[in-house]
Amino acid sequence: MIVAEQKPLAEIKAMLAGYQKVLVVGCGTCVTVCFAGGEKEVGILASALRMATRLDGNGIDLDETTVQRQCEWEYIDPLADRLEDYDALLSLGCGVGVQTLAERFPSKRVLPGLNTSFMGLPTEQGVWEERCQACGNCILDMTGGICPIARCSKQLLNGPCGGSQNGECEINPEIPCAWQLIWERMSALGLLEQLMEVQPPKDWSTSRDGGPRRIIRDDLRLPEDYRDT
Amino acid sequence: MTDVSTNGYKSGSNLERVLAAGHFAVTGELGPPKSHDADVIRRKTQMLKGYVDAANITDNQTAIVRMSSIAAGAILVQEGLEPVIQMTCRDRNRLAMQSDLLGAAALGIKNVLCLTGDHQSFGNHPTAKNVHDLDSLQLVRMVKDLRDESKFQCGEEIKGGGPGFFIGAAANPFGDPFEWRPYRLAKKVAAGADFIQTQLIYDIPRFKEFMKRVVDMGLHEKVAILAGVGPLKSSGMARYMRDKVPGMIVADEYVDRMVAAVAGIPKEDKAARRDAWRAEGIKICIEQIQQLMEIEGVAGVHIMAIEWEAAIQPIVEGAGLLPRPEVNGR
Repeated sequence: MIVAEQKPLAEIKAMLAGYQKVLVVGCGTCVTVCFAGGEKEVGILASALRMATRLDGNGIDLDETTVQRQCEWEYIDPLADRLEDYDALLSLGCGVGVQTLAERFPSKRVLPGLNTSFMGLPTEQGVWEERCQACGNCILDMTGGICPIARCSKQLLNGPCGGSQNGECEINPEIPCAWQLIWERMSALGLLEQLMEVQPPKDWSTSRDGGPRRIIRDDLRLPEDYRDT
Repeated sequence: MTDVSTNGYKSGSNLERVLAAGHFAVTGELGPPKSHDADVIRRKTQMLKGYVDAANITDNQTAIVRMSSIAAGAILVQEGLEPVIQMTCRDRNRLAMQSDLLGAAALGIKNVLCLTGDHQSFGNHPTAKNVHDLDSLQLVRMVKDLRDESKFQCGEEIKGGGPGFFIGAAANPFGDPFEWRPYRLAKKVAAGADFIQTQLIYDIPRFKEFMKRVVDMGLHEKVAILAGVGPLKSSGMARYMRDKVPGMIVADEYVDRMVAAVAGIPKEDKAARRDAWRAEGIKICIEQIQQLMEIEGVAGVHIMAIEWEAAIQPIVEGAGLLPRPEVNGR
């Protein structure tokens, strides 16, 4: 899932300065599951902002709504009829959600209430960890299902570096060394031999380095005359 | 373009010639200043010249901005001390690396040490973006292909031939997983490393164990292994390195000796404590070199006297490694 965190209240308040009527838009998918931007968080944030701006003497009128998925047109289109009254939308979706709103409603000011952090999973209650960087060229078959692009601080393909000790990454003892994990896993699977191969430089063109990415599936696409967008 | 006859050598560098002739090699380390002051380089050069076969120039070590290793290396060439330029994968992508390697060769630099690089979070620009387009093994392979195949990383031919570097890589016998370390060294050899400089050694029994594996695998016959040493400056430094530096093991014996070195000297007498520590640090370093020379597969030492270049001479002299050999031709 996409994991996000709410921005500090002061930052959100500063962003909203000058707006009188704001709609806080939550998202019912990833950010609900990671307790950052679901219906409940929308309610708490809107209340906090009401109180804080009132104390400042410029109370903002905030309404709340949460859509099932902020990253698809069909879920946000029903908002269109309600937007006229609002000066701004405060999105509690991930960066994709914010941009989906901004793209669909270009005349509205759309502001981000979250910092989108990473793609990952909850490893225990209240703890989320990164697992994928969407490099566009998966190598998990070579590394025992542990991604060095997302989990090694230096993205080594022939790790570990000299800073790995006691299973910890040199940059922070709280971070497990990805290559220690890879070595243990491959060792347990009896596949260490595969790690002896010198992995060549990665083709980063499928990653962000190749420019913004796009996937076109002609087998799924509607014929040109029938396309909505 | 000057056509350099390497006379059968890969690079013709002094370090390569010393090692090829079977001498026990000595390299040192020279840290460039956090300024553009060329005199600092010239001054440090004089402290090393004649005592080492080549001097490593660090590349923004510990992720702190310093004068570029190649620029400093060019000054060493002018001053008649052979540089080993260090190149990390942290700050440059493959385009910048190859461009800098061509430039380094044009400036007369013949040795390059390929490193991953300390993470930027340790340094003075912790908010920087890191690169890691290549890792250190891929960098070794790229430098080898520039030299042996006259090819850029993309496969394109280098007209007039590629730069002939003597290629170094690092090894940390003390990092984990310990069992994997000799194999990672083997990968560096397979990638094309000609010489290896190890992490600072303060645990000789463990290094011996590592070297035994290396010798059993026959790696010492394919690559020249220079054991990394460095004089301790104080008991505090010894403790810090033992307890805090990732990937480093310091035997208690050395910490205890550094503590004992200042026994009886009052804390207020800072100069006397400093001198006593430094004398003991140099003494330990000399003993270590003598022990390392006895280990099969060790082809030389790399002395890292960080911000203490003046220690190089007494160490090399004390270890009986002077004068340094002059190897001409083949």
